[in-house]
Amino acid sequence: MTQASDTVTEARQDRVSAVGRKPARRTGPMLVPYLQAAPMALVFFFFFVLPLAATIAVSFWQYTQYSIEPAITLQNYGDIFQGCLRDLPDLCTTFRTYLSTLKFCLIVWATTLTIGFTIAYFLAFHVRTLKFQVICFLLCTVPFWTSVVIRMISWMPLLGRNGLVNQTLISMGVIDTPLEGLLYSDFAVILSLTHLYTLFMVVPIFNSLMRIDRTLIEAARDAGANGFQILTVVIIPLARPGILIGSIFVITVVMGDFLTIGIMGGQQIASVGKIIQTQMQFLQFPLAAANAVILLAAVLVGVWALLKLVDIRKEL
Amino acid sequence: MSERRPRTFYVLFGVFLLFMLFLYGPMISILVLSFQGPEGGLVFPIDSVSTHWFEKLWAGTGQVAIGPALRRSFVLAFVVMVLTVSISVLAGLAFRHRFRGSTVLLYVAISSLIVPSIVVSLGIALEFRLIDDAIKDIGTAWSIGWIQRDFVSALGPFTSGLGAHLTWTLPFGLLIMFAVFNRFDPAFEEAARDLGATPWQTFRHVTLPMIAPFLIGVAVFGFTLSWDELARSSQVMGSDNTLPMQLAAKTTTVTDPEIYALGSATTAGSVLLIIVMFTLVSLMQRRRRRLL
Repeated sequence: MTQASDTVTEARQDRVSAVGRKPARRTGPMLVPYLQAAPMALVFFFFFVLPLAATIAVSFWQYTQYSIEPAITLQNYGDIFQGCLRDLPDLCTTFRTYLSTLKFCLIVWATTLTIGFTIAYFLAFHVRTLKFQVICFLLCTVPFWTSVVIRMISWMPLLGRNGLVNQTLISMGVIDTPLEGLLYSDFAVILSLTHLYTLFMVVPIFNSLMRIDRTLIEAARDAGANGFQILTVVIIPLARPGILIGSIFVITVVMGDFLTIGIMGGQQIASVGKIIQTQMQFLQFPLAAANAVILLAAVLVGVWALLKLVDIRKEL
Repeated sequence: MSERRPRTFYVLFGVFLLFMLFLYGPMISILVLSFQGPEGGLVFPIDSVSTHWFEKLWAGTGQVAIGPALRRSFVLAFVVMVLTVSISVLAGLAFRHRFRGSTVLLYVAISSLIVPSIVVSLGIALEFRLIDDAIKDIGTAWSIGWIQRDFVSALGPFTSGLGAHLTWTLPFGLLIMFAVFNRFDPAFEEAARDLGATPWQTFRHVTLPMIAPFLIGVAVFGFTLSWDELARSSQVMGSDNTLPMQLAAKTTTVTDPEIYALGSATTAGSVLLIIVMFTLVSLMQRRRRRLL
C-alpha cells in the first residue's frame, strides 16, 4: 500500500516536472491534434472541398451531348443569363426563378421565425419545471428525426382535392366545390417548408433565450418597462445570435431546395435547385455546374453578411 | 407555484398546442390511414380497419418494392453512424488544443452544413465522373483488361454516397462535441494523469465514460440523418437507390395507402431508435449518479 502510493507520488512528481503545471500544453511538436483531426479533414477535403473545386472548374468547361471537355469558356454563364439584360424590364427565366426562390425564402423565413420565436419564448420563459421543459423541447425535435419525404406525403390526405380540409369545409357549407389550390401550389410549398424547418429556428433561439440572465428582465421591470418593452428592448436583442443562426439555416435550406418545391408544387414550380437537378438529368454538367456556382455565390454572400454579426463557436 | 400565471401564459400555451397539432397532425393522419381497409383509398374516411397494407408491404407484392433499397439504406446508415461517432470524437479531442488549420477546418465543417445540398451532391457527382474518366483512360493506356471490360463507374452508395452523407452528419457531430467539451471539466483528466495514467488510459477510463451519453446522441444523429437523407443523395448513388429516394419517386405514382404504411413503418423505426437510445442514456446517467 505504502509502496503503491509512493510509486504514484513519484509518477506524479515525474509528470509535474516533465510537463509543468498544465499537462495540456506539452513541449515539443504536438502531433496528436493533427492526427486526431486528420480523418475529418480528409473527409471534408475529398467530399466537400474537392467537389466544390471540381464544380467551379467544370462550370468553365465545354460540353457535347456525350462528353464534357476541359476548356476555359464563359459560354455556360452566358447561356444562363442570355437575354437577361436585353429584355429588361421584363425578367428572363433565370431572374424569374431566382426571384421566385427568393420569395419562398422570405416568406418561409418570416413564418418560421415568428412561430419559432414564439415557441422558444414559451418554452424558455413560461414553462416552469425543468422536466416539463425537456418534454416539450423533445416533442418539438422528434419530427426532425423522421423522414422529410414522409412529412411531405403526410399533408396529402389533408390538403388533397378530396382531403380532410375540403371535406370539412364542404360539410360545413363554407364552399360548394373543393378548393384546388391547397395541394401542389405555392401555399403547399410554404406550408410544408414551414412544417419541416421551424425546428431550425426553435432550437438556436431557445438556446439563446436560456442564456439570458433573468435578473436583467427583473431590472427592466423594476425600471418600469412593460411586457412589450421587455420583449423588444431586452429579450430580442439578447436572442439575436440564436435568431441569426436559425435564419442562416432556414434561408440556405430554402435557397437550395428542390425536393419540397418539387413534391409539394406538383413538379410545376421552378426553383434554382430544380434547374440544376434537371440539367444533371440531361447530362448538361457544365451548365449545371455554372448554375451551382451562381447559387453558391448567392447563398454565401448572404451567409457571410449574417456571420459577420455572430460568432457561432461562442454560442455552443 | 404560488404566483398566478399571467394571461400571456395561456395564450402562448394555446399557440404551443396548435404548433404541436401542426407538427404531429399530418403524421397522425397517415398513421391512421395506413390501417385503411383493402378497398379504401388515399383519403379519409377509413372504410374498415385492417393491416392489409402493412402485409402487402411486408410481402413485397404491391406497388412499392422496397426490399433492396431498405437493406441498402440500413447498412449505409449504420456505417455512417459508426464513422460519424469515431471521426467526431477524434476531431472533438483535437479541437481542445490549439493546432494550425483548426479555424479553417471549423469553417469548412460549418460551410458543409450551409452549402445547399444540391451543390454538394452535384460536386461529388462531377468529381466521381472525372475519376471515372481518369480510371478509364488509365485502363486504355495500360491495357488493363478488367477496367476495359467491366468498369462502369466509381459512383455508388458506399463510395460517393457514403462521402455525401458524411458531409451532412459530421458537422452535426462536431458541433455536438464542441458543446460537450465546452462544458467538460478537465480536472478529472488531470487527476488521472497525475495518478500516472497513460493518455490512452485517461481517455478510455475517464474521458470516454464521461462523454458516452453524448456519443449516443451523436450516434442517433448520424443514423437518422443518413437514414432520411435525400437531397445530398440525389446525384451520388449511381445506379442504386436509397429508401428515401425510392419513396420520393413513388409520391407521384403510387395510388394506394401502401405508401402510408411504409411511412408509418419507417417513422415507427426512427421513433423506436430514439426511445431506445434515450432509455440507454438515462440508464447510464442513473448508474453514474449511484456511483458518485
